Amino acid sequence: MTSLNEEVFPDQASNVPVRKVTIRINGENRSANVEPRLLLAHLIRQGFNLTGTHTGCDTSNCGACTVLFDGQPIKSCTMLAVQADGHDVMTVEGLATASELHPIQEGFKDEHGLQCGFCTPGMMITAKALLDENPDPTEDEIRWALSGNLCRCTGYQNIVKSVMWAARKINNQAAN
Amino acid sequence: MSLDEIKIGGMGASRRRVEDNRFIRGKGNYVDDIVLPGMLHMEILRSPLAHARIKSIDTSKAWAIPGVRLVMTGEMMASRNLAWMPTLSYDTQAVLATDKVRFQGQEVACVIADDPYIAKDACEAIVVDYEPLPVIVNPIQAMAPGAPLIRDDKENQHDNVVFDWEVGDKDGTEKAFAQADVVSKLELHYPRSHPSPLETCGSIADFDRATSKLTVYMTTQAPHIIRAAVAMVAELPEHMIRIVSPDLGGGFGNKVPVYPGYVASILASILLERPVKWIEDKTGNLISTGFGRDVYLRGEMALRKDGKILGVRMHTDSDHGAFFSDAQPSKFKIGLMHSAFACYDIPAAHLTARGMYTNKAPGGVAYRCSFRVTEAMFFQERMVQAAADDLGMDQAEFRRLNFVRDEDFPHRTAFGFLTDSGQYAKCLDVGLEAIGYKDFLKQKEEAKKRGRLLGIGISTMTEPLGAGNSREYDILGIKMFDSAELRVHMSGKAILRTGAKSQGQGHETTWAQIVAHELGIPADDITVEEGDTDTAPFGMGTYASRSTPVAGAAVAMVSRKIRAKARKLAAHLLEVSEEDVEWELGRFYVRSSPDRGVTIQDCANAAYSNMPDGLEPGLENTAYYDPPNLTWPFACYIATVEVDPETGVWDVLNVVAVDDCGVRINPMIVEGQIMGGLTEAYAMASMQFITFDAEGNCVGSNYMDYLLPTAWETPGFELHEVVTPCPHHPIGAKGIGECATVGGPAAFVNAVMDALKGTGVRNIDMPLLPDRVYEAFTTRRDISGMPPVKTED
Repeated sequence: MTSLNEEVFPDQASNVPVRKVTIRINGENRSANVEPRLLLAHLIRQGFNLTGTHTGCDTSNCGACTVLFDGQPIKSCTMLAVQADGHDVMTVEGLATASELHPIQEGFKDEHGLQCGFCTPGMMITAKALLDENPDPTEDEIRWALSGNLCRCTGYQNIVKSVMWAARKINNQAAN
Repeated sequence: MSLDEIKIGGMGASRRRVEDNRFIRGKGNYVDDIVLPGMLHMEILRSPLAHARIKSIDTSKAWAIPGVRLVMTGEMMASRNLAWMPTLSYDTQAVLATDKVRFQGQEVACVIADDPYIAKDACEAIVVDYEPLPVIVNPIQAMAPGAPLIRDDKENQHDNVVFDWEVGDKDGTEKAFAQADVVSKLELHYPRSHPSPLETCGSIADFDRATSKLTVYMTTQAPHIIRAAVAMVAELPEHMIRIVSPDLGGGFGNKVPVYPGYVASILASILLERPVKWIEDKTGNLISTGFGRDVYLRGEMALRKDGKILGVRMHTDSDHGAFFSDAQPSKFKIGLMHSAFACYDIPAAHLTARGMYTNKAPGGVAYRCSFRVTEAMFFQERMVQAAADDLGMDQAEFRRLNFVRDEDFPHRTAFGFLTDSGQYAKCLDVGLEAIGYKDFLKQKEEAKKRGRLLGIGISTMTEPLGAGNSREYDILGIKMFDSAELRVHMSGKAILRTGAKSQGQGHETTWAQIVAHELGIPADDITVEEGDTDTAPFGMGTYASRSTPVAGAAVAMVSRKIRAKARKLAAHLLEVSEEDVEWELGRFYVRSSPDRGVTIQDCANAAYSNMPDGLEPGLENTAYYDPPNLTWPFACYIATVEVDPETGVWDVLNVVAVDDCGVRINPMIVEGQIMGGLTEAYAMASMQFITFDAEGNCVGSNYMDYLLPTAWETPGFELHEVVTPCPHHPIGAKGIGECATVGGPAAFVNAVMDALKGTGVRNIDMPLLPDRVYEAFTTRRDISGMPPVKTED
């Protein structure tokens, strides 16, 4: 990647103009010099080495690259890195704390909501956005919310169950 | 006191998956996640035309872009004898085009640069002058007199025929048709589809000049086959090639073949002495890599008035694209198409099959399917429903009447396969009960009076999973066995490696459960590794639902070898003779004194610290397993639908699946496989297909045009099971991964056709898009995906 990250890639030989961006990613401020055409997904993956965000389709259809952008789920393969300057981004790596998994992560494991794992980060991030807005969704609401994320392995039924598992746990925690 | 097998994560435990721990943290290790020091990036320039002569290629502008390290063309590959490579079906395929391009998306040139953006820029700077040629997009055009010759590179190729094949009893079948009261006929097209794992293909080739060793990290379901192929193509010695298949973001058969991108990245790394990464984009994946299906059927069934099937005749024309690179056992030209009708007791059957070259992408891979069984079972179950309708019989009873009965096993099918076990009628009964068959039929009649169209579709089938045996099944001459290596450490913890390669099936979880079942070592104490040819024993990889039938059997067998040695160690520790030692899960004890015993962990410790004289130290072994037969799971899928006569939209009301895959190692994972498979079945029945316009442009080259079902469209599924253990598999298991994809589509299509029963519509070819259903309903005519017979010009 041309001039992705100040520490890793100091300015390379090419005469392409670069711009410095600073993004608050998973709670930490990171900066990089980027070409204006660099996609946010590529900055996250190669520049910041957060490879949990995947690129599956290049056209915003599959959702494997979904991240939270100021709390809203967006597809990072169709946003430029420069557009994220000064914003807050959360990736799958930001879900768990050092000692504890997020209930959505636990739900996906307990309900067998993943097989190859490639769509899983995007699915979980979209599920987080849903549960942040609507802590007690119906099956239809979950299916609608996840309809921008494709999965080729599971058939979705267990993904829906995983999100319901997480909702129950989050609500129980809140009640106690 | 024996261990509780479920508690230690043995057979039958719905053990939560070990691999999930990294995937849910975003810590999977897919090929694009791997970064090597000094790594360069490769991008492929693809042909925009489906058939054209290459007049010239000008790469000078690409070379001039800063950061470009290498530009490769077919001419350059040819100078190293690498312009063509062998396919898995004994054909050849262009790595980079030299003479002409033969399908849209064919690889024409490659650029290797400091970063992928520069490589893409440079690809766009390459100027190729093409002279367009007439294009062939279906087998009818390919066979027409005077059709342009696609494979003029092959010396003895004078037409576009890839193969002309037949199997079965021609004379016997003719006699059966002569005796028939009714002959039921059906013509169908199973459209081209693409497996489309979310992760595309890719590789990182890393040639080390100092050691002459080539390491390739790549998306492959079959690393050892790839090593053999690379040794052949690149003329490198096998021990100097290491293939590593890291986590795969789905495979579904798409990641079995050798693709030009892999070969080009390897050559680039050798030339530049730097690691070279190639990550295909989605369009590249959809338009150039292994597709599935694209077969036309003419089927006929000879029937007696009472419903007995006397004989079956099938002719298929298959579209193989520009190069015959189907991934299937060498001796079967159209894969296992002749597994059709295996669950029915039919006296005679005959199949003729013709394969054609066209100007479309090559590679009829087994898309979640054992070598064309998906087409076989779809054709079978559509023909069965049409036959039942022609006789005016109930579709469930017609099936039951013709099933191979439980007491008739082993049973030789009309095409020569040997099936060995099953309870077909019981599975059907469980399915009919679950869907509420009789009630639904009443409901359907009621609804009809009010102008509503309800339908019920059944699909029942047994299919051959788990190739080999080695007598009949090989790929490029390599026999289809598989392997497992088990190393038990001093503490009784262990590492297991197999020749299979998971791409979501959960081998890290289930293989450990088989070891736990055989040895009593808790599954959590066993690490499972696959995919590295330097460490894994030789195996044929994971596709065609062969992992559990073959590699899984090897895991059981290697565990038994370990147990046999542990018994000697136990006898030594207990100071009795081996004959006096008894086994229960996890423990050997003295027969006459059951309280005196040692655990498997005690034996492991003794193998390194206290072995008897004359016994080889250590507790490690390897097993190679050559199955005596295929495994034959059975499935009954039933769907109910409602068709809207105003729009042609059909909604799925209920789906019931009854699967008999023998003994289930991990029920949770088995059910996950079935639900995933049903979704792909629904996808193909309803929306998912790849088509081409008359110029050979691929319509479906991205996810905006190639429709895959989301959580919103996908129906829910109700699963049931029947267990008939496989008589020859060491733990009684049968394959399952593909069953629902294979058997499922006919259930959905039969349901829609049932809803249209009485309108005169006999067939609508998949996918059953609303406009097709609407047109069929309003015009009272079949909707065919068949091309017009006359060629366009």
